[in-house]
Amino acid sequence: MSNKTVLHAKHLASGAKMVDFYGWEMPINYGSQIEEHHAVRTDAGMFDVSHMTIVDVQGTDAKDFLRRLVINDVAKLTTAGKALYTGMLNEEGGVIDDLIIYFFSDTNYRLVVNSATRVKDLAWMNKQAVGFDLTITERPEYGMIAVQGPEAIAKVATLLSPEESAAVEGMKPFFGVQVGDLFIATTGYTGENGYEIIVPESAAEDFWQKLLDAGVAPCGLGARDTLRLEAGMNLYGLDMDETVSPIAANMAWTISWEPTDRDFIGRDVLTAQKAAGDQPKLVGLVLEEKGVLRSHQVVVTEFGNGEITSGTFSPTLGHSVALARVPRSVKVGDVVEVEMRKKLVKVTVTKPSFVRNGKKVF
Amino acid sequence: MSNIPTELKYATSHEWVSVAVDGIVTVGITEHAQGLLGDMVFVELPDVDDSISTGDDVAVAESVKAASDIYAPVSGTVVEINEELEDAPELVNSDAFGGGWLFKVKLDDASELENLLDAEGYASSIDED
Repeated sequence: MSNKTVLHAKHLASGAKMVDFYGWEMPINYGSQIEEHHAVRTDAGMFDVSHMTIVDVQGTDAKDFLRRLVINDVAKLTTAGKALYTGMLNEEGGVIDDLIIYFFSDTNYRLVVNSATRVKDLAWMNKQAVGFDLTITERPEYGMIAVQGPEAIAKVATLLSPEESAAVEGMKPFFGVQVGDLFIATTGYTGENGYEIIVPESAAEDFWQKLLDAGVAPCGLGARDTLRLEAGMNLYGLDMDETVSPIAANMAWTISWEPTDRDFIGRDVLTAQKAAGDQPKLVGLVLEEKGVLRSHQVVVTEFGNGEITSGTFSPTLGHSVALARVPRSVKVGDVVEVEMRKKLVKVTVTKPSFVRNGKKVF
Repeated sequence: MSNIPTELKYATSHEWVSVAVDGIVTVGITEHAQGLLGDMVFVELPDVDDSISTGDDVAVAESVKAASDIYAPVSGTVVEINEELEDAPELVNSDAFGGGWLFKVKLDDASELENLLDAEGYASSIDED
């Protein structure tokens, strides 16, 4: 089984090297993932993210359902278009998936979840929806293109209609707006400004071509990974999964503890974990010398061992960075060791964020 | 299909070896190999005067994707390394059979070259991958 996005032919036309990504044939790069990375940090790049799963949750009980389903509180959303990043937990407090929720009204929300977790996410949502008056509708008839970088907004502006331009004018980060055929959101996975744009399949190829013509560089999954890791953004399956608490995955900020009577799934487990204070935590690691930190390498600290959850070479910084889960007592600024190719190498602990808007942030 | 120059010899582990000149050969990794590894970020080379034996892991090509051992395709003494790779590891990607060479070896036994694959043999070995 191999799914292809509506932009598959466009990738081949741009010389993409295609790989299997959880059943989807996706571009890993179009020649050099490092050049694509730099395009996003210094100019504008675009990613086909049509494989991601769009789910609309609509109905009288939509709000109550989502207040139970996810750890952040959608009741905080009161402005139409506002988005929220959060996690969906199982009863044991493990992360089933991370997701973005767009609020249109108390009876109308749009969720964007990972493609690799699509089947289990939909099964879980449908199971939890029993007894609520609502519909859960997958929207596979859309393509999605992320345009990211310091010049992304200006380059997209050249191909918007006056009506579309007016709708996105001055839109703050983490908002989305439906205008005509397009849903345009100021969200992303790179640490740069830009948009994620949901476009009907029939218009996707034309939109992608216009972006190419406007000088936006096509970028593959390789650059997407180095960009998100520099930005300190989690990748589901590596940095967290169903066995990991959001408290141990730098997702505590997406938990809404107030009001205390909101009974979200996993709440008792998280409350006990918080009281015990014994969950490990996700930190950043920086290696200034040669070598590249990689997933699953062991991190040796005076408080016990941890593990790198994802690591890479940072093209922006010129050395390796990683996210690692370590004992909670490890502090920012500590020097710890990583077992790399049979040697122990010293690395510095940082906050789990390395680059934002093109600049080093640790 | 990637480019496989006919004048070179190859190891199944994706190293190429030049024709010997005064008993010295140049070693690199193939275009096919660099394509598998992706953008190179560090190349760790042996030291000049190191004595190496066929099959030893003597260098490491570290790409964004993975670290990969490079094996000595012949036995001998390292007489020169490509110091340009220190600042420009991407030469291995852009010019695998030229500017991206790794090191030069003075052969212990020139007849060892006969154990390596020719271009056709290497092409069929990567077809089987």
